[in-house]
Amino acid sequence: MTTRYVLRFTALGYVAALLVVPVGLVVYRAFEDGVDDFLAAITTPEALHALWLTVIIALIAVPLNTIFGVMCALAIVRRRFTGHGLVNSIVDLPLALSPVVVGLALVLVYGRNGWWGGWLIDSGFQVIYALPGMVLATIFVSLPFVVREVVPVLREIGDEQEEASATLGASGWQTFWRVTLPAIRWGVAYGVVLTTARALGEFGAVSVVSGRIAGRTETMTLHVEERFQSFEVQDAYAASVVLALLAVATLLAMTLVRKDEA
Amino acid sequence: MIVLIPLAALVLRSMEGGAGAFWEAIRDPQAVAALKLTFAVSLVVVLINAVAGTVIAWVLVRDSFRGKAFVNALIDLPFALPTIVAGLTLLALYGPRSPIGVNVAYTTSALVLALLFVTLPFVVRTVQPVLLELDRDMEEAAQSLGAGSFQIFRRVVFPNLFPAILSGTALGFARSLGEFGSVVLISGNQPFETEVASVYIFGQIESDNVTGAAAVSVVLLVASLVVLLGIGGIRRWATRHDN
Repeated sequence: MTTRYVLRFTALGYVAALLVVPVGLVVYRAFEDGVDDFLAAITTPEALHALWLTVIIALIAVPLNTIFGVMCALAIVRRRFTGHGLVNSIVDLPLALSPVVVGLALVLVYGRNGWWGGWLIDSGFQVIYALPGMVLATIFVSLPFVVREVVPVLREIGDEQEEASATLGASGWQTFWRVTLPAIRWGVAYGVVLTTARALGEFGAVSVVSGRIAGRTETMTLHVEERFQSFEVQDAYAASVVLALLAVATLLAMTLVRKDEA
Repeated sequence: MIVLIPLAALVLRSMEGGAGAFWEAIRDPQAVAALKLTFAVSLVVVLINAVAGTVIAWVLVRDSFRGKAFVNALIDLPFALPTIVAGLTLLALYGPRSPIGVNVAYTTSALVLALLFVTLPFVVRTVQPVLLELDRDMEEAAQSLGAGSFQIFRRVVFPNLFPAILSGTALGFARSLGEFGSVVLISGNQPFETEVASVYIFGQIESDNVTGAAAVSVVLLVASLVVLLGIGGIRRWATRHDN
């Protein structure tokens, strides 16, 4: 019995010291000088623009990754093709790769001296240090989540129902909408939640490709760093609390999806 | 395509000046120091979290207490919280303005702390499902045969959990090798002391040494690939009796 309490105390103490107390302290610090100061810090033009930009990027990246993720998962589970295993490993790569490396790789293709960058800039389309680059970076780092959540579900449900539906004369589209999609919806939902969390919180890759111009290409996470480096710690705490609230909303969504699934 | 083309550009760019230039860039003392530090710290961090993660998973599955569901949801916080916020949070508690008088900012300990934070969920989330599925019969059999609780854990439970612990640890290791956001504020980024590989790469990009940045990036890329393939191997090994 005592072992049980020692283990419980160790586990909870570890979680508290590493997660709960630090996050609690930041919330406390953000509101230390009152709610007015907190609101003032997050309603500066830079902060508002950063939040807006973060939301825009997520709104573009998440739907694209959802569609791609479902297609990719279907290809991995239902089709046999050469390079099958390779595709499977490549999809996981963004999870294991440093975001800074991702940023650099994008600059080397789309930057001024990159493979296509010069040509793109000459045709009046700037990718790096502009929104398209930031969206690309976000898509890159949040690519695996939907795939990873949907693949096991697809394996689990098997393809008998899909075949039955095809035998009964349904077209490919009909089968997908009426049979496959309803079966995988919780997997997709969970993947979307994870993708959104990653898209809102991405820092390293966006930091490299954005040029970090305040009020122009600065996302919420970049804003936190910039405020901190300019010794405006209070502002950094305030912006962090906004991001932390989004994180808590994500956690809630994750818990809800898990409950519905069960 | 979104993934492969940029990575191909990265590898080609690092080789642009020939293999000699690539080795030159890798052997830069500052790059070597950053890479060594990254691998060493990541190893320490994942070992700590392998133990802590297993204990947490155990408590979440086998113990019961009020607020367990809350703690369970909390474990995912490092996945949901932006890494830069994670760094700032740790700095608030364990930095210069620490209310508890612990200041580890700009040291290797700060680095360890930040990486412990971001890699916490990996082992917990890989061990938890295995532990849930694990039959208690074997443990009870061991107990009725007179095994002590430590013996049961070592001989019965641990062998069953080992593949899960290993793959969670490997994922955490890969994550830790490339971590940037959470360490950038708290580590101080002192070259030769607290500068990790991803911060080094970032610095080289800022100072326009793209070749140096690309070369170290390729090292990280290869390391990630090796870890991913290793995890695939662990999975196959763990399920070798299933088919």
